[in-house]
Amino acid sequence: MDIFSIVFYLFAVIIVVSAAIVVMSKNIMYSAFSLLFTFFGVAGIYVLLNADFIAVTQIMIYIGGILILIIFGVMLTSRITGVDIKSGTTGKVQIAFAGVISLVIAITLIFLFANTKWFTSELKPHQSTIEDIGKELLTNYLLAFEVASVLLLIAIIGAAFIARRKS
Amino acid sequence: MLEAYLPLIFMLIFGFGIAVIFLVLSEWLGARRITKEKQTTYESGMQPFRTARDRFSVKFYLVAMSFIVFDIEVVFLYPWAVQFKMLSPEAIIAMFIFIAILFAGYFYELRKGGIEWQ
Amino acid sequence: MDIIWTLLEALIKAVVILTLILLFAAALGVWAERKISAWIQNRIGPNRVGPFGLLQPFADVFKLFMKEDLIPKAADKTFHRIAPIITLGIAISVYAVIPFAGDVQIGDKVYHMGIAPDLNIGILFVLALTSVGVYGITLAGWSSNNKYSLLGGLRSSAQMISYELSMGLALVGVLLIAGSLSLNDIVGKQDVIWRWNVIFQPLGFILFLVSSFAETNRTPFDLPEAEPELVGGYNTEYSGMKFGMFFLAEYANMATASAIMVLLYFGGWQLPIPAEWLGLQQGSISLAIVQFLNFMLKIALFVFFFIWVRWTVPRFRYDQLMNLGWKVLLPLALLNVLLTAIGIWILK
Repeated sequence: MDIFSIVFYLFAVIIVVSAAIVVMSKNIMYSAFSLLFTFFGVAGIYVLLNADFIAVTQIMIYIGGILILIIFGVMLTSRITGVDIKSGTTGKVQIAFAGVISLVIAITLIFLFANTKWFTSELKPHQSTIEDIGKELLTNYLLAFEVASVLLLIAIIGAAFIARRKS
Repeated sequence: MLEAYLPLIFMLIFGFGIAVIFLVLSEWLGARRITKEKQTTYESGMQPFRTARDRFSVKFYLVAMSFIVFDIEVVFLYPWAVQFKMLSPEAIIAMFIFIAILFAGYFYELRKGGIEWQ
Repeated sequence: MDIIWTLLEALIKAVVILTLILLFAAALGVWAERKISAWIQNRIGPNRVGPFGLLQPFADVFKLFMKEDLIPKAADKTFHRIAPIITLGIAISVYAVIPFAGDVQIGDKVYHMGIAPDLNIGILFVLALTSVGVYGITLAGWSSNNKYSLLGGLRSSAQMISYELSMGLALVGVLLIAGSLSLNDIVGKQDVIWRWNVIFQPLGFILFLVSSFAETNRTPFDLPEAEPELVGGYNTEYSGMKFGMFFLAEYANMATASAIMVLLYFGGWQLPIPAEWLGLQQGSISLAIVQFLNFMLKIALFVFFFIWVRWTVPRFRYDQLMNLGWKVLLPLALLNVLLTAIGIWILK
């Protein structure tokens, strides 16, 4: 086992365990906080894929912004932080039904994974991705880039609409 | 690329490891004479009443919301800034349009009072 | 086998850097804060333990370790423990990308004077970790289940994310000039005093400086721990070394913020004059030592400035603080980006 695999499995374990806690924890605050490790693990996988800029963006936006928003949201709705959030309808029949469906999906995915001819690129990975992203965004993908700015404008307008003071 | 990042990942583990050692030492070395009074929540000498986890101002949430949008825009600026000297004039004008749209959004939110804190 | 050598090298550097942070940044910082505040307020300050009271911080740390460690009954015990770990862990890990001196060449092997200063995303890593640091404070506030703590934690996180924006935008100005995110590259371009970024980026520097004060929760932006209203702020319910961890992290962060400002705007480890004038050879060990001392001196000056401001300037009100961040710094930072871009374009 080389060092790449060791680091990969380290991040994979972090992602899977923390994601499991997100789903299974009864305390919603634990769920929200556990998401931090999931995002962090995903950032680690991006680094392994030679996508350093995406990795750091993942941390800055998902951990630095979106998760803060989620945690504020949880804290704001104070009534539910202490409440047991395990959903009410977990009878034996439902569990069995959900289990069968999950099993079928899992088997299908493993089957597909094993039988797909994966495309492996012959290109050498770039030293740094940020230069290429900068160049491509402002030349070949200019339209998508400007559309993204309009999308963000819409998001700002939406945020301002929610945040506006009622006179 | 992994070789370049290995020391970084190592330093993260190292830093958090040191912090964990500090925590364990602090719980292990510290005196233990717990009384009922010591375990109450501090409230400037008053009897603590109710829980602290009550509702708080929604303004904190709104700030976080505005932050995400502007943060994404800033992240878009980084690749452009790094590549700036290599870009053609058209690409630079395209970026100025991007920044202008950003400015427009900012002033809209300013006028709507979305970033007003009172 | 190479991997083991890489890790060994990283371990040695990490231990050296940790000693540096704890000794210089934290211990000396705390001592300097107390001594300078005493000097400003016409007192004597610590003078009992060791010469000039220099050993006072060590005495304090030993005392903190021996103190009773209390967790309130109403608190969430898991998060109460995790919060100081995050805060201190982040404060130490940030040093991974900071270069302490120029590269040294021994034989035909080049050694970086830092854990990973050549990293392509260097400075963004610092920003990313700063945004993770918000969690330590928010969780400390929430888990304590104390009204003061919760308010302190909330205020702090809202303040930190607000000023992160102006900080990130001020940074764009430097990136436009340097054309790289690697801290070694950014420093490498500022090889003499008249090429330091502060000359081309005066507005950007001031924005970055103000944001740094807010990010480190230092006066005049120390609303999260405003004593008259919030007792101790987010760390009210912490005692013993857990409180000490927040305390250490605060001083380590102050040193980090100073180091980042020095690296971005004041030439980092580069000497003000070309090294050849001093008869020192590029890549030699003696030059690296001079550069390292020079870097430490610059950081020390900034730390002094941080402390000086704390004992001079009164605290903002929270609405003033948020309005300053969103209504003044943010548009100014955007303007700075535009002006810098136009300036470079014209000069090109």
